[in-house]
Amino acid sequence: MKPLTTEQIRAVIAKGKFRDNLFKAMGVFCLALALLVIVALIADMVIKGADRFTLDFFLNFASRRATQAGILSAWVGSLLVMLVTALAAVPLGVAAGLYLEEYAKRNWITNLIEINISNLAAVPSIVYGLLSLGIFVYQFGLGQSILSAGLTLALLILPIIIVSTREAIRSIPAMIREGSMAVGATRWQTCRYHIIPYAMPGILTGVIIGLARAIGETAPIITIGALTFIAFLPPVPYTEISEGVNAGLFDWVMSPFTVMPIQIFNWTSRPDPAFEVNAAAAGFVLMAMVLSMNAIAIYLRYKMRKNIKW
Amino acid sequence: MQIQDTPSLKAEARGLNFYYGEKQALKGINMPIYDKKVTALIGPSGCGKSTYLRSFNRMHDLYPGNRYEGEIRFFPDNSNLLSPDVDPIEVRMRVGMVFQKPNPFPKSIFENVAYGLRVRGENNRRVLDDKVEHALRGAAIWDEVKDRLQDMAPNLSGGQQQRLCIARALATDPELLLFDEPTSALDPIATGAIEELVHELKKRVTILIVTHNMQQAARVSDYTAYMYLGEMIEFGKTDEIFIKPQDKRTEDYITGRMG
Repeated sequence: MKPLTTEQIRAVIAKGKFRDNLFKAMGVFCLALALLVIVALIADMVIKGADRFTLDFFLNFASRRATQAGILSAWVGSLLVMLVTALAAVPLGVAAGLYLEEYAKRNWITNLIEINISNLAAVPSIVYGLLSLGIFVYQFGLGQSILSAGLTLALLILPIIIVSTREAIRSIPAMIREGSMAVGATRWQTCRYHIIPYAMPGILTGVIIGLARAIGETAPIITIGALTFIAFLPPVPYTEISEGVNAGLFDWVMSPFTVMPIQIFNWTSRPDPAFEVNAAAAGFVLMAMVLSMNAIAIYLRYKMRKNIKW
Repeated sequence: MQIQDTPSLKAEARGLNFYYGEKQALKGINMPIYDKKVTALIGPSGCGKSTYLRSFNRMHDLYPGNRYEGEIRFFPDNSNLLSPDVDPIEVRMRVGMVFQKPNPFPKSIFENVAYGLRVRGENNRRVLDDKVEHALRGAAIWDEVKDRLQDMAPNLSGGQQQRLCIARALATDPELLLFDEPTSALDPIATGAIEELVHELKKRVTILIVTHNMQQAARVSDYTAYMYLGEMIEFGKTDEIFIKPQDKRTEDYITGRMG
């Protein structure tokens, strides 16, 4: 083959660059489309729900009159359920991930467990709801409580936390582990001083992704029997709940409850179109809750990662 | 009157075989390690010198499928480091290690050095301060870091990081210190500093060092062992190995005909 002349080289480059730009344009278009959908969705909710963005909306209980109905019991319920979910799922998930990565021997049993954890992540959430209805609500007698809901969602996000914990641990170089073991540390000391702290940013990301998924879950919560119309809050610890009786520290976990998605679902299924405004406003609040959780996760991850490098 | 002192033994490999699963990586190694001397392990890549070195602190126990046969006798107590009855953690508390690539923890300089002491349950601030300073001085890095002990260790230069890792190993007063190609990731100046340090350290501790660099072996070691394909080909005083090797294969390697 003859060597190319300068003109020919330029022609080849021009052709290559055209394709380069073509792909870039396509990429930007796809990205814009995805963004547009989400922006449109949020804008729609804001516009529709604009009338309800008042303090009263956040401080009022559900009501038969749309203009007076608020989301107090729903957002409090969502936060409390998330608290139970996090308290149950994080220690379990992190411990399970840590065990699989740092302690478990590689054999067919661990392989089987691994495959099953991936499968669990794909189980439809309604199935978790049915499972919990049988186990938590009836078998353990926890009833239709915040505790039942929290544990149900904990099961749901456990695989997400386990997988992200394992991935975070796997990204720690072997030489750090060896450096720790070489001075005579035990496995647990290595985990406690190194593996867990260094994996923390990744674990945290998984936890937040899990919680963000859990906070929007409706099906399993309905299955275990969350109420849709609740005009009271769970008892605050050590306050009087009835004549001369104070609530215990953990009484609130056994309380009936509702959560944001159920409140929204309830409002959208009402015939009165005025409730659609409530639903849109509540939808926006739920969206804001999820986005702010993500923002916190990103911030914390950034803060923690700054000091971790090898 | 005998002027030449015969050094006492610190450790001795006896009939050491090592297997990565089915693959035999060390074949019947017999070799003495003399107390308060520097012993260099040389040989071409893949000859098993790092594998051999990592047997001394049971590093292979961290990974499944590895198997030792034979003994590494450790003196003065004449225990067998490889015995299943001996806890590898106990071995690692007595035998320190410095790795090929500097591997400081993403923590402060102070915490890096104090780590070995914390692992041993030492939490007294004054004791930690004392021992950390002593170790950093021992590793010839005290003057460079004394004003910034709370800085993050990974922000140090490569050579400083490696000396910090040496300080980390020294802090717990090991009896034997293993160096696995400690200068292969460093520039010539940092390498010179480490070599000087090794020379200084042998007053206090027995040293076993793997090196790819034959000049380095000649400069820092009292004894040299040449390994090839998992076997110990030749062991002797460094001068003798480099000037008058007994084995043809050693000679070929040293003179650069192979390697």
